[in-house]
Amino acid sequence: MSDLIEVRNLGKTYRKATGLFKHKEIRALQGVSFTLQAGETLAVVGETGSGKSTLAKLLVGIEQPDQGEILYAGNQINCSEYRKTNQFIRYIFQDAARSLNPNQKIAEILHAVLRYSTVLSAEQREQKISQTLRLLGLLNEHANYYPHMFSGGQLQRVALARALILDPKVLILDEALTALDPSLRAQIVNLLLDLQQKTGIAYLLITNQLRLVRHFADQTMVLHQGEVLEYGPTAQVFQQPKHDFSRKLIGSAQY
Amino acid sequence: MKKLRLFYEEYNKRPYQLLWRHFITQHFALFGLVILSVLLLLAVFSPFISPHDPYLQNSEVLLLSPSWQGNGLVAYPFGTDDLGRDLMSRLMLGSSYSFGLAILAVSGAMLIGLVLGILAGMTRGVQSSIFNHLLDLALTIPSLLLAIVIVAVLGPGLMNTIWAILLASLPQFIHGVGNAIQQQLKQDYVVAYRLDGANNWQILWSVVLPNLWEPLSLLFTMALSTAILDIAALGFLGLGAQAPTPEWGSMVADALDYIYLAPWTVALPGLLIFITVLSVNLVGDGLRNAMKKRREN
Repeated sequence: MSDLIEVRNLGKTYRKATGLFKHKEIRALQGVSFTLQAGETLAVVGETGSGKSTLAKLLVGIEQPDQGEILYAGNQINCSEYRKTNQFIRYIFQDAARSLNPNQKIAEILHAVLRYSTVLSAEQREQKISQTLRLLGLLNEHANYYPHMFSGGQLQRVALARALILDPKVLILDEALTALDPSLRAQIVNLLLDLQQKTGIAYLLITNQLRLVRHFADQTMVLHQGEVLEYGPTAQVFQQPKHDFSRKLIGSAQY
Repeated sequence: MKKLRLFYEEYNKRPYQLLWRHFITQHFALFGLVILSVLLLLAVFSPFISPHDPYLQNSEVLLLSPSWQGNGLVAYPFGTDDLGRDLMSRLMLGSSYSFGLAILAVSGAMLIGLVLGILAGMTRGVQSSIFNHLLDLALTIPSLLLAIVIVAVLGPGLMNTIWAILLASLPQFIHGVGNAIQQQLKQDYVVAYRLDGANNWQILWSVVLPNLWEPLSLLFTMALSTAILDIAALGFLGLGAQAPTPEWGSMVADALDYIYLAPWTVALPGLLIFITVLSVNLVGDGLRNAMKKRREN
């Protein structure tokens, strides 16, 4: 069985102008390698500025890597061709409210996704939309709502619907569950786990909440200043952390 | 006191309906909008509804007072001017010059500004930076001065004034639209649309342009109030509308010699200019407040 995603030695450096001609190089990510299989969840944890979000952006193609390569199901795809890659990998924003256009109905947003990236007819799109909305526990009527009419948890469901409507193999959750309150978070997590069992979708969970990681993830990766400190099965990482930093990080979550 | 909301209904509104809801709670702005609508109707229909021929000189009623004064006539509600022309008919026809033409000029500027602004907003790097700095240069010159310079080149006349005002208000539209687009492109939802597979053109057409109406309507009201003032000012200076044309600014200038004898001939057109500009500004202010309120909710 081939890996769904294989990342080899990925690196990214940002240039920040400090003067007219001078600039400072910031290494956001360095030598990151991992694999992700279908039906698996990989959690990426680390403090702010450790390169978690950069990793997500590189994977989904918002940013281009400086070095290393990303293989999707064994072949290399140019990430900036969103129309091809978004059938395979989808990204959920941290703030669902800001990722939805306030002046468009949900139906219009979902129709647009299908129109841009699939060849479905109008009826088929309609059908797919209602199917996806129901999959996420929303009603068909919600398609006629505007984003400002939803609560936070519902908005996150809408954002999920938008991502899942293309039937991706991998879903990247960039702190997408952080802003929700605990009961809502539990709801969405159960929904996601359910989906994983049904469809074998793989998740890349980027978060700070170690309890969630323990509950959710099969594999865990600890990032620190752009480098991988730990990478392995979640239970192993939590029980025998190798590095001092990850020991502190995990210790802090015990309470 | 905060209103108790029993029904969820209020939230089930389209964004533009919400905007309208917030707008009509501001009574001054609504009042301004009513005045503007009346003026717009006058500007379109004044040739058909004016009581007298605005150019007809009647030597029997020179400098007649308005009808509310003792020696006025009901047939001439606002009195007559020094050539015996009915002031009310002239003011009504003047609304299509001072107000109607201002709307046309600003609409034209908005359309051209929209196209150029889109070019400015969607390009990046050296191209857009050169464009922006050139426009900054044009924006530093006051619009009236710019209009006067353009009229000086084109020669005086009403149509030339319109061109001058169109050209003078163009930079602020291009700049405003360009900035609004750049701001939109930074939003998370634009990135989300890119990830959905939309190309630049689709993002512009289905995301950025529909969201552009708000900044565009604000720009329009601001440009409209300056355009009305500029048309009147150029008319007053004798660079705009010429003698028999009942443009409000030139009417004030023509009647200035009789200000002690017949003050209404100066006061009434001046008052109309004031009311028009005031209501345009009230509407613009109301729009801005309504947008702010909607964003806060």
